[in-house]
Amino acid sequence: MSADRPEARDPLAAPAALSAPVTLPEALAGAEPVESVCTPIRMAYTYTPGRALSRYLRAMADKRILGERCGATGQVFVPPRGVSPLAGAATSEVVELADTGYVESFNITRVPIERRPDLKPPYCSAWIVLDGASVGFLGLVINLAPEEVRIGMRVRAVWKPDEELETSAANILGWEPTGEPDEVITDYERIGRIEASDP
Amino acid sequence: MIDVAVVAFTQRQEAAISGESEVEFMVPLMEQAKASVGLTQSDMGFTCSGSSDFLAGQAFSFVMTIDGTGPVPPISESHVEQDGAWALYEAWVKIQCGGIDTAFVYGYGKSSPGSLRDVLATQMDPYYVCPLWPDSYAVEALAARLMLEGGHVSERRLAEIAARSRASAASNPHAVRSEPKSVDEILAEEHVLDPLRPSDLPAEADGGCAVVLAAGDRARELCERPAWIRGMDHRGDAHTLGVRDLTSSMSARLAAQHAGVADDKVDLAELYGPFTTSEHLLIEALGLDEDGTAINPSGGALAAHTMMASGLIRIGEAASRIWRGDGDRAVAHATSGPCLQQNLVCVLEGD
Repeated sequence: MSADRPEARDPLAAPAALSAPVTLPEALAGAEPVESVCTPIRMAYTYTPGRALSRYLRAMADKRILGERCGATGQVFVPPRGVSPLAGAATSEVVELADTGYVESFNITRVPIERRPDLKPPYCSAWIVLDGASVGFLGLVINLAPEEVRIGMRVRAVWKPDEELETSAANILGWEPTGEPDEVITDYERIGRIEASDP
Repeated sequence: MIDVAVVAFTQRQEAAISGESEVEFMVPLMEQAKASVGLTQSDMGFTCSGSSDFLAGQAFSFVMTIDGTGPVPPISESHVEQDGAWALYEAWVKIQCGGIDTAFVYGYGKSSPGSLRDVLATQMDPYYVCPLWPDSYAVEALAARLMLEGGHVSERRLAEIAARSRASAASNPHAVRSEPKSVDEILAEEHVLDPLRPSDLPAEADGGCAVVLAAGDRARELCERPAWIRGMDHRGDAHTLGVRDLTSSMSARLAAQHAGVADDKVDLAELYGPFTTSEHLLIEALGLDEDGTAINPSGGALAAHTMMASGLIRIGEAASRIWRGDGDRAVAHATSGPCLQQNLVCVLEGD
């Protein structure tokens, strides 16, 4: 194949055709250069969440939270995606989870974000591990000053009023403290990790 | 050069897979491909996939599907925002680099959530062309007009290609367009994108496929008659349509030369021609003799066009025919971009 290659040349040198100076026609001599263009792109999709997420969203309308168990490792994932990233296999069982859990980590946001005018800073986003789940999922800690949120704090879901429930994760308005003693996290190495356990 | 063969292949193509997410429908395909040669993910030296966020309508969509390979703890893995055939190319290069003798490759796409013809407009130049939202089928119709008016092809020839695809697809359970039609019936169809008729257009599908590659003795252990990759090359034409000759495919011709298509007879060819016009150009560019070579025995992309997988499916279809002994030497082709902009050619042989 080497016979087909053109002669080697300085790879950093511009091709001759591109190194010639560009001259504008007289009529454009005084024209201001265009420094930016706006070309809006919008595409519409009818998104379908798939089997696992459809089940999860339907259960949400009944104020139930569904996870799915990995048959190989016993881990329970929520929200479920129909697959276990540990085993690389389809999950084997749908598991109904409590709407209580604990704060695994959190942050406090002090600046507003454009698309959520309903969120008034400061507010607390938390990674919440539901009772019975192996991984955390995202929620807001509410009905409490953000400064009082701490790792290990026990929380329960605050649902929308029954007449407003939809097939949506937005049915959970946030998570409020239960007042129970904190989850005792003795092994901080464990936080944020997914480890295999015996099923 | 290390000898590498295709040893396993699974696919699924349907007009629309609406009830399952990508990872949900890919996991069974991925498992079946590996299980068919007695392997699991932990046996794979490398994993590479091809898919597109523009089809899924979400950023980093491929990460969700990687869950199906068991990426925790981390595996050696890569992704191309192209058809899975290019993922196979990357895996082949990886095997050539040494140290591994197996690789797992998959490609998938769901076009049904959006409008494929509009989504494909976004692959054009973002300053001059994309803002005009050129319908991708209409862009091909421009090329078709040039070919017809320039005497490079006749409408009857295009109808013959469409009729052949339909006839071959009748025995392909994965085809979504397989009702037979005669050349005259096709010529009697009304134009949808003049000069193109419905039968000239690809049959859009959702789906995916998975392939296992193995090198040398490992391939012989796993497969009775491995489909050896004897040559593979990919080339690209210019991005700007205006500087190209749309009545031929220079990049496909070059890729075929470098892959060694003409070195021996070709028993069958699986060509990724989304349109009848593209199939015509590919037969010419690859220098195939239609009397001696079975063209698209699966029906090709005219029978089922799954974006991001149709090219890898061509390689899998060609390889399975070698395993079965339907042929000894096969050519598989993949394309990407408007009007056959990029082309990959792969020559497969049985022992």
